[in-house]
Amino acid sequence: MVPVPSVLKLRHLLLPAFTGALFVGLWQLACLMLSADSRFLLPSPLAVIAALRSEWPALSRAAFNTSEGALLGFGLAVAVSFALALALGSAGWVRASLYPYLMILQMTPIIVFAPMLVIWVGPGLPSVTIITFLICFFPLVVNTTQGLVSTDRQLVELFRMGRATRWQELWLLRVPAALPYFFTGLRIAATLAPIGALVGDYTAGSSAGNGGGLGFRTIIYSANAKYPALFATAAVTCALGFVLVAGVIVAARLALGHWHDSYERREM
Amino acid sequence: MPPPPLVEFRQVGKRFGDGPPVLDNINLAAEAGEFISLIGPSGCGKSTLLRLLAGLSPVTTGSLLIAGQPPAQAGAELAFVFQEPALLPWHTAAKNAELPLRLRGAPAAERAAATAGALALVGLTDRAGFYPRQLSGGQKMRVSLARALTLSPKLLLLDEPFGALDELTRQRLNEELLAIHARQAWTAFFVTHSVAEAVFLSGRVVVLSAHPGRIQAEIVVPLAYPRTAETRLSRDYQDLVVEVSRHLRPPRQAACLVAPELQ
Repeated sequence: MVPVPSVLKLRHLLLPAFTGALFVGLWQLACLMLSADSRFLLPSPLAVIAALRSEWPALSRAAFNTSEGALLGFGLAVAVSFALALALGSAGWVRASLYPYLMILQMTPIIVFAPMLVIWVGPGLPSVTIITFLICFFPLVVNTTQGLVSTDRQLVELFRMGRATRWQELWLLRVPAALPYFFTGLRIAATLAPIGALVGDYTAGSSAGNGGGLGFRTIIYSANAKYPALFATAAVTCALGFVLVAGVIVAARLALGHWHDSYERREM
Repeated sequence: MPPPPLVEFRQVGKRFGDGPPVLDNINLAAEAGEFISLIGPSGCGKSTLLRLLAGLSPVTTGSLLIAGQPPAQAGAELAFVFQEPALLPWHTAAKNAELPLRLRGAPAAERAAATAGALALVGLTDRAGFYPRQLSGGQKMRVSLARALTLSPKLLLLDEPFGALDELTRQRLNEELLAIHARQAWTAFFVTHSVAEAVFLSGRVVVLSAHPGRIQAEIVVPLAYPRTAETRLSRDYQDLVVEVSRHLRPPRQAACLVAPELQ
């Protein structure tokens, strides 16, 4: 009854592995062709791996710190955006009065306010969490609201004719119908969270106590021209994003797999 | 004194805002247990008429009473079947069927019994645990019908429920609907575009004309129940299809337009 998920099929592993190996091979080749005095311009894959190894104690500790900020900001964004989406979805006048300001919030370069944030809540985890929250918040609230107001009209009429209370209409109809939209927003937010946390750490981080996060490593490695270590930092951030997105995909499958077509385990 | 009709339209008119009248001077009464089809060209207001009955929209002029009450107060005895199945995709067939009872706060045991009964009536007992996307178009429509039947309605409103199905499935569902009607005797208002379907199902066919929607003709269908696939082959049935078709078209065009209905 349960088909093998397509991601586990051999060619879905082999094809990307092949393109990846090809890319890394060409990269390594390009590095070998550079003259000795310009080799520092492009760290080779082998140099990046070496840096990943030698810097691992610092990088892993930084990755842990950044994950903390990323997860806290991401979680806060999910909770606040869901509550706000419920308010926005409840009436047109709420949307009309708040939407323009949500757009403005999204357009605002949050980094500009990083110094203020440091003054308000202090550097380190509080600032990183808030910056991550602000970056993750928008796609979540927009998608969830869209889902809440896109409920099938006939289903709404069915509920009205059944004398459903507003509470029943919300929790038995609008919220479940909005879940696919919510998970779309969640997936976008999951890719943004580690980047948001890194940027937050870069601009408002703190090395006090446990040594800062990946943003702090970025500052140190750039200052010391440790370019292979910079690449290694990017790779670690990337890996954090993958883990978070994978978690969202698993959650979406669990919540929607049995009814929503886009999460169907389909043959390709 | 005879019992009052279950449904009574008295000089009902309907318009939306300042628009032209959609329905004009509708006088129509239905006895308990009657099966009435509404047929007419697009824009004749037949779906609007159902929406008035469902209490989804108020009448503009005249009065409409269901069991002596305005539709908005009579909701408990009424069920609606939409043109599309309108199922919740995240619920199984059984969960979908029990939804109206759930909204009403009925206890679980009552819901389970009513759902099992309704799914059995539409022949879907073995599909109770299936999700809508695992069901065919005809099966989804059966679930939709079962959902309406769990309420044990006195009045069943059907808005072209089988319009999107293939002809064979539609005929089979017509026969099953009549079989259920024979056992439960609700009053049905059935909107359709198909003359053949209207005649097959109904005790009375109401033909509406468009712009504004008025009752053009009421044709009593004297064919005996139970009606089966055999009924469609009878001369009487085919004559009635011709008669209804004739009322449906302006007289000048009738001669050339009736013929295709018979092929």
